[in-house]
Amino acid sequence: MKIVVCVKHVPDMASEPGFTTDHRVDRAGVQGRLSELDEHAVEQALRVVDAAPDTHLTYLTVGPAAAAEALRRALAMGGNAAVHVSDDAIAGSDAPATALVLAAALRRLEPDLVLCAMASTDGGTSLVPAMLAEHLALPQLTFAAELTVEPAATTVRVRRDGSQATEHLESPLPAVVSVTDRTGEARYPSFKGIMAAKKKPLETWSLADLEVPAEQVGAAAARTVVDGITARPARTAGTALPDEGEGGLRLADFLSGQKFI
Amino acid sequence: MAEILVLVGHVAGQVRKPSLELLTLARGLGTPVAVCAGADPGVEALETLGRYGARRIHLVETEELEEYPVGWVQILADMAAETAPEAILLESTPEGKEIAARLAVRLGSGVLTDAVDVRQGPSGPVVTQWAFAAGFTVTSRVTRGVPVIAVKPNAVAPSPAPVEPSISRGGLALDEASLRTRVASRAVRQSTGRPQLTEAEVVVSGGRGLGGAEHFGLVERLADALGGAVGASRAAVDAGWYPHAYQVGQTGVTVSPQLYLAIGISGAIQHRAGMQTSKTIVAVNRDPEAPIFELADHGVVGDLFAVVPQLLDEIARRRD
Repeated sequence: MKIVVCVKHVPDMASEPGFTTDHRVDRAGVQGRLSELDEHAVEQALRVVDAAPDTHLTYLTVGPAAAAEALRRALAMGGNAAVHVSDDAIAGSDAPATALVLAAALRRLEPDLVLCAMASTDGGTSLVPAMLAEHLALPQLTFAAELTVEPAATTVRVRRDGSQATEHLESPLPAVVSVTDRTGEARYPSFKGIMAAKKKPLETWSLADLEVPAEQVGAAAARTVVDGITARPARTAGTALPDEGEGGLRLADFLSGQKFI
Repeated sequence: MAEILVLVGHVAGQVRKPSLELLTLARGLGTPVAVCAGADPGVEALETLGRYGARRIHLVETEELEEYPVGWVQILADMAAETAPEAILLESTPEGKEIAARLAVRLGSGVLTDAVDVRQGPSGPVVTQWAFAAGFTVTSRVTRGVPVIAVKPNAVAPSPAPVEPSISRGGLALDEASLRTRVASRAVRQSTGRPQLTEAEVVVSGGRGLGGAEHFGLVERLADALGGAVGASRAAVDAGWYPHAYQVGQTGVTVSPQLYLAIGISGAIQHRAGMQTSKTIVAVNRDPEAPIFELADHGVVGDLFAVVPQLLDEIARRRD
């Protein structure tokens, strides 16, 4: 079986990223990392590998040069190879353009299973997995809280905690699956894994390699435009009073004053 | 005025509140068309859709979409091709987002998710979103194709604007792509008698400070006293004290109620991302350094097992 995990290099949320004047994520001076949520997708792929060691696992990302760091981090956790699609024309791409490029790369990689996280931790739209499924005419199982891929299986099953119900979904392979952080803790790369990752093959592909016309991606091809971004005023903390025996009563006063009681 | 397609979804007997919110927003953009499915939606549900402004109700008379939800992409894509609507609105939930994503690719459209407001602008709908744990407010537009917009529950208060809707009926021949994703089983969450977490005006959440599943009863009692929903922090959910469906935070549910009470919650960044747009925030926590107090309009530094029971008694006394 062949698995491809799509990963993203994102600004570390702990470094409080902002936006540039042209409405892009400001990456200057912000530490980048493999998206935390992607680690759960990597983990799920590695569990399939653990159960079926002949599984071939490739990581795929689209992004500028620094995005290769995310691939190395994933390779340090395990897996065989990585592909980095990088091209100056891609800068400023929205979710549809990103999905277009990833789908073109996936056509070449021909996986049985495409794994993604439920969302990136920066853009956070959750759109790309289902967009990949549409481009590749594959079934989609999104927001999986639990994933079951039996070795040599032809079917993938997931549990999804939806807005109204808990659902069990299934589809034949090949399929696109996105997983949540409920699927389980991601493993840490071992020292041996980090050393081994440096020797694993990492290819870089351009748009020309994928035969994706440059005019279909990037900021100029975006199907949405940001008109304005404003930082929300920080909440000003109100009173935090120590409870001296009447904390509940004072809270009741506050709630009455706000007409909640 | 051009039509605004509103994905109401499967209907059997009643219409869910998020659908009424979408209709309310759609009225500001054009002529709302409620798109729903079900073998027997019921007269009452159709009346409700009309009361909230659906000029047309498009009913796909089938139960198959419950099993093959990707079929909604077919329905909306076909309708978009027929009537060239001004926009398509759906819910920004796991189920709604995956339909929005596929639909946008099929239509060649731009798509915006997690909208907290949608208004008509000089060149199409203007969408407001929050970015980076609600630290920024972003306004955007779709510039290509029929705008596909996924709106967060509770973005707007539903308000009635009665009209007499026409009803169009349609069928569905599921295509190969739709048939390959199948819902094998669905367990609808048991009603707790409390409002839905994403829809509630008041949310009372419990965290690590509760110390165990057995103490969540205290959070539930406070929620009931205030007519609110119960939430939980990731720490409480990971400890197995409360079901995951109630997790408030970045990877759980995002809430934006009028009143949010954080009981025994320290306020980690991933929790704050899910609640910091609440109108009024109250925190009860033993640790004066807990980051939740940076957000709280009213904080009580103390033992929740003393403060909350006293509050409950006082609420009961004032109501007597």
